[in-house]
Amino acid sequence: MLNYIWLFFILSALIIGAFTGRTEAVIQSAFDSASSAVSLAIGLIGIMAFWLGIMKIAEESMLINIVSKLVKPIAVKIFPEVPSDHPAIGAMVMNMAANILGLGNAATPLGIKAMEELEKLNKNKGIATNAMCTFLAINTAGLQLVPIMIIGVLKENNYTNPTKIIGMTLFAGIVALIIAIIICKILEKLPAFKPNNIESEVGNV
Amino acid sequence: MFKELIDCFSLLAIPFILTIILLHAAFKKVKVYETFIIGAKEGFEVAVRIIPYLVAILVAIGMFRASGAIDLISIYLKPVLDLIGMPVETLPLAIVKPLSGSGSFAIMSSIIEAHPKDSFIGWLSATMAGSTETTFYVLAVYFGSVGIYKVRHAVIAGLITDIAGILASLFICRLLL
Repeated sequence: MLNYIWLFFILSALIIGAFTGRTEAVIQSAFDSASSAVSLAIGLIGIMAFWLGIMKIAEESMLINIVSKLVKPIAVKIFPEVPSDHPAIGAMVMNMAANILGLGNAATPLGIKAMEELEKLNKNKGIATNAMCTFLAINTAGLQLVPIMIIGVLKENNYTNPTKIIGMTLFAGIVALIIAIIICKILEKLPAFKPNNIESEVGNV
Repeated sequence: MFKELIDCFSLLAIPFILTIILLHAAFKKVKVYETFIIGAKEGFEVAVRIIPYLVAILVAIGMFRASGAIDLISIYLKPVLDLIGMPVETLPLAIVKPLSGSGSFAIMSSIIEAHPKDSFIGWLSATMAGSTETTFYVLAVYFGSVGIYKVRHAVIAGLITDIAGILASLFICRLLL
């Protein structure tokens, strides 16, 4: 899947760029993006180390398991493959809470922690599990209580009552969240997306 | 009033979480310092591990955006937009949103600045920008951190989620404005 998307992005960029006379800009953008990807990752190290350290403490003290138990009734429905008292659930809940509160730089390390826990349950290394895909889709819904940056822009442009945006983004975010969960439940059952059917390709990567 | 409450809540969330985690650990007699170090060590490894994934995704997206492909897509999608009543000005935002967080924020700001205050297009862009997350960034970072390269239905599910967020934004803006 990602093979085709990646190929599509790069080839269409090269072809369209040639037609629109932007080849130089396309190539320059490739180099710039590569550098900024590295600075982005390096920039994450500190905050990542901090939150992964804190999360290790929460894991060691079994606090994550307690959080997992609290959301058991919902978690078993959305992530049926994950044992309900598994630390993965606790980590996912904390990631979602951080997203909803708009704590962006805490959300990423917590999400990575959740992915590491989910990976422990993964039997086919290198291939995403159902729970991982659902977790990713939930994250892309980007449900957020208060979009502070956006309110800032609206305020700057003298919009009347900029906080009105809270209700609107909340509505759209909840719709996206529900669709994300439903669509994952449907797609994961399709033969084309079964992990066994793509396993044979792994050797080629 | 509501906003002050939310702001206060957001401000207190992290200190609250830290206090709970540390007090609980102390109560359970966890060796907090050693344990923190063990966890923190992973931070560096994870950041380095996601680099190849981030480079692959961000390069592809960077090239795609620089080529002017998005303008081209906008032209072809215009009939569809007219059908659902979505202003064509907001389309670049909808397309860039799953690809780049900083890019879509910049587009949203420029749309809002280019249109009169309280305009439908302005409110719609703000709602769209606030309701979905950058799918490909999340994909690269989260799946990269555990070495997943066969993503199965994750991309499609993420993109459908993005479309759902955009349509829901359009719906709520039409309803309220």
